[in-house]
Amino acid sequence: MFERVEPPDCTITWQDREIPARAGESLAAALLAAGINRVRVTGMSGAPRGPFCMMGVCFDCLVTVEGEGARQACMVPVVAGMRASP
Amino acid sequence: MTKVDILIVGAGPAGMSAAIEARRHGASVLLLDENAAPGGQVHRAAKPDAVGPGAAQSREGAALMAALRASGAGLHSGAVLWAIEPGPRAFVLQDHAVHEVDAGRVILASGATERALPIPGWTLPGVMGVGAAQILLKSAGLRPRGRVWIAGQGPLIWLYAAQALARGGEIAGIVDMSRITPHALLRLPRALTAPGYLLRGLAWMRAVRQRVPVFRTRDVVVEGDGRLERIHVGGQIHTADTLLLHDGVVPNTQVTRAIQGCEHRWNAAQRAWEPVLDDWGNTLIPGILVAGDGGGIGGAAAASLSGRIAALEAVRALGHLGGAQRDALAAPLMRRRRAELAPRGFLDALFVPLPMPVDEVTLCRCEEVTAGSVRAAAGLGCLGTNQLKAFTRAGMGLCQGRICGPLLHATLAEARGVPGGDVDPLRTRFPTKPLSLGELATLAPSASAASASGKG
Amino acid sequence: MEIFDIAILGGGMLGSAIGWGCASRGAHVAVLDGGDVALRAARGNFGLIWSQSKGDGAPSYAGWTRDALAAWPALAETLSGFAGRDIGYRAQGGLVFCLGEEELEARRAFVNRMHNQGASDLRLLSRAALLDLMPSCKLGPDVLGASFQPQDGHINPLMVLRGFHAGLAAAGAAHLPGADVVQIERDAHFKIHRADGTAVQATKLVVAAGLGTQRLATMIGLDVPVRPVRGQNIVTERLPPMLPLPASALRQTIDGTVQIGITNEDDGDPEPRTRVMNLSTMAARAVRILPSLAQAHSLRSWGALRPMTPDKLPAYAQSDTHPGAFVAVCHSAVTLAAQHAGPLAEGILAGRLPDAVAAFHPRRFHV
Ligand SMILES: Cc1cc2nc3c(=O)[nH]c(=O)nc-3n(C[C@H](O)[C@H](O)[C@H](O)COP(=O)(O)OP(=O)(O)OC[C@H]3O[C@@H](n4cnc5c(N)ncnc54)[C@H](O)[C@@H]3O)c2cc1C
Ligand code: FES
Repeated sequence: MFERVEPPDCTITWQDREIPARAGESLAAALLAAGINRVRVTGMSGAPRGPFCMMGVCFDCLVTVEGEGARQACMVPVVAGMRASP
Repeated sequence: MTKVDILIVGAGPAGMSAAIEARRHGASVLLLDENAAPGGQVHRAAKPDAVGPGAAQSREGAALMAALRASGAGLHSGAVLWAIEPGPRAFVLQDHAVHEVDAGRVILASGATERALPIPGWTLPGVMGVGAAQILLKSAGLRPRGRVWIAGQGPLIWLYAAQALARGGEIAGIVDMSRITPHALLRLPRALTAPGYLLRGLAWMRAVRQRVPVFRTRDVVVEGDGRLERIHVGGQIHTADTLLLHDGVVPNTQVTRAIQGCEHRWNAAQRAWEPVLDDWGNTLIPGILVAGDGGGIGGAAAASLSGRIAALEAVRALGHLGGAQRDALAAPLMRRRRAELAPRGFLDALFVPLPMPVDEVTLCRCEEVTAGSVRAAAGLGCLGTNQLKAFTRAGMGLCQGRICGPLLHATLAEARGVPGGDVDPLRTRFPTKPLSLGELATLAPSASAASASGKG
Repeated sequence: MEIFDIAILGGGMLGSAIGWGCASRGAHVAVLDGGDVALRAARGNFGLIWSQSKGDGAPSYAGWTRDALAAWPALAETLSGFAGRDIGYRAQGGLVFCLGEEELEARRAFVNRMHNQGASDLRLLSRAALLDLMPSCKLGPDVLGASFQPQDGHINPLMVLRGFHAGLAAAGAAHLPGADVVQIERDAHFKIHRADGTAVQATKLVVAAGLGTQRLATMIGLDVPVRPVRGQNIVTERLPPMLPLPASALRQTIDGTVQIGITNEDDGDPEPRTRVMNLSTMAARAVRILPSLAQAHSLRSWGALRPMTPDKLPAYAQSDTHPGAFVAVCHSAVTLAAQHAGPLAEGILAGRLPDAVAAFHPRRFHV
């Protein structure tokens, strides 16, 4: 897993859970820092997936952000209070 | 509709350097990048590292960034180019709005992506790229902790490990899958002519080996129920919660491959397709240039130089600079670029991409197509990846073939027993990054213009 | 050198269907084909199995199409077996949506005209009837109605092609991709020379080369004018079910992706390019039909070229000067695949094309 070098400065909501984050970092980074590496299942086989490339290439980090589906968590910057879910 | 002299796509070393150079000669410049901040893959740090491996590069990045801000180039972050048409006219998506940009010249500086390393179990959460972990380290300050493993080959493994350790991270083990061959050793003398390059790499490696156990095998398997829990390394089982894979990088040619008539060639040494370019970075399409790793892997310093060279050519083509002036300014840059490229032959020969996995392993993560299905399609007469895609759906998913493209290509070449150059790469299609139909529809002159054709 | 019973020149939708039709009836077949990025309409088409809108003023074409639709269920089952998966054949009816009064009236006139030519099943549905037919479907307010043909349907054309190719392999046919045909010679047999220097010998041959047909047909003494008509397509990510029936230019596949078509551009441009402006217009129309599509991500667009004859009808013939050499070309080869794999293949084996296609001899272009 990963741990933060710098302390968090805000929180966001993942599903029903509040997790610490730093404004401006990617949503995927915030999730991984909170120990969450499983963010969705595939449409076909239901296999679990999580962030893989962190650079907008693999589309395995797709989540719903503020009600909008299929956002790449690694490309969405964290805003304090942001709500996201699988 | 925006009009600009030069549109530059990608704000890494190549794109930023191109923007600064073009501004210096009076051209108007728009620089866009889909990331939230400029820097590209290498200069991602929010603030530069003061010490440790990469500190010098980090200072260069900060200097580039400052020069870019001072240059007067327009910078659009969070903006992605998704189509380009003759003109050149570019189509850009930013904040859910579609913009059209007419440019005198377009310089594509879209960089490189990691070549995926498909080992058994690599789709499980917890398995990521080494480059991905480096992005986490640089841009979010996340260091590895606990049962974090690394497997694969290439300099980035050692650089990342060294950077992570310097930031207080922990790495449980590194599986080095490379093999030194005589073919690579032949290319060593030329590599040693490059400025300090290999010595730096060896220093990272030594520093890492003192603190992290290193295993040499190609037998790595990932297991776990719903996420990575264990890895098998040469038959031994280790607990793991994170595995970082790496097998070098490949040019990001997603946009150039979608442009009709923009030819690509097989780089046999790097085992990758790259756009056909002249020394200046001109593609075969008038008005469209490529700079940096997107035109062939050369590293950050070479990318920066090729950005400046492409900018000189673009401002010349637009009449801001005479041909002789361009040549005089470019000559020292071209010389330095040659020096920077000196170690490539050795590195390319040393890190030949790893062989494709057994039949059960997924190659196309999006459509969940296995190596076995790809081989079966080869048996039905698929000569290239485009027919393969039609027969298996491999490459048809959301990533648009970005991850699986090189894997499908390598598997097909292996199955057919032919060199990579004989296997056509995936033709990409616009939009080269998914956009919603609602966004796409905003360009139509009038929504009622279309009419039913009634044809099958 | 091996002498095949039949060489098929072209491995697209037509050539594959005819080739499999012949091979599965015992002939020793070779299918000769181009490379990986050959301009293959088989790979770019829309996947409708469609009769409405076809055969206006051409009763023989209407009949040929009707027979194809009737033969599809059996063929689909066979091909699913070969492809090793559901190839997406669904034939519960097909729609042409009408947006606004003008389109509705034009369609009403068309439906009436087709009725007078015997297309008795074609109906015009009001918006209310349409919602009755597809209660789960959230149609946009501009949809005022649609024409409905109960026999129409759709399929995954890529899997049709895969099924034919797997069927060809199972029947022992030779698939020889990767080199264009450059010359056809005839003495005791046909000798077909390819760009890579190889040659194939066969007792009979069928030119089924799509847009390459005209050039190859002259080598067997037939003049078959064919021009490219471009169709642009968009496909989305996989989506939850939202459109139970296929429509002209809008269908949801069994994989969940929504395919949006399809322009008819007859501008002589031989490149299968896409144009963002056309794609945008297509997307706008699709969103008017199904407003929830506005949020769906488009993943790819592509252009494909339909091989089109001057009167848009198929052309099938046996050469007078080169008996045993045939030509076959048409634009709706998915729909007609059942006929090509059936009666047309039988006719080729017998050395005499079926009477049903007599009206499609290309000599009609030269009177
Ligand atoms: C994951 C990774 C880690 C690396 N780490 C190191 C390292 O630590 N040290 C080192 O020396 N080298 C490293 N390299 C190599 C180094 O990054 C490259 O040599 C260098 O960045 C090349 O510069 P560039 O300008 O060509 O591309 P990049 O720096 O990659 O910049 C390209 C930019 O273009 C953007 N872009 C691409 N397509 C579009 C589009 N359609 N619309 C908008 N924007 C777009 C991308 O988001 C990116 O920001 C790494 C490479 C990768 C892939
Ligand atoms: S992690 Fe790959 S796209 Fe986000």
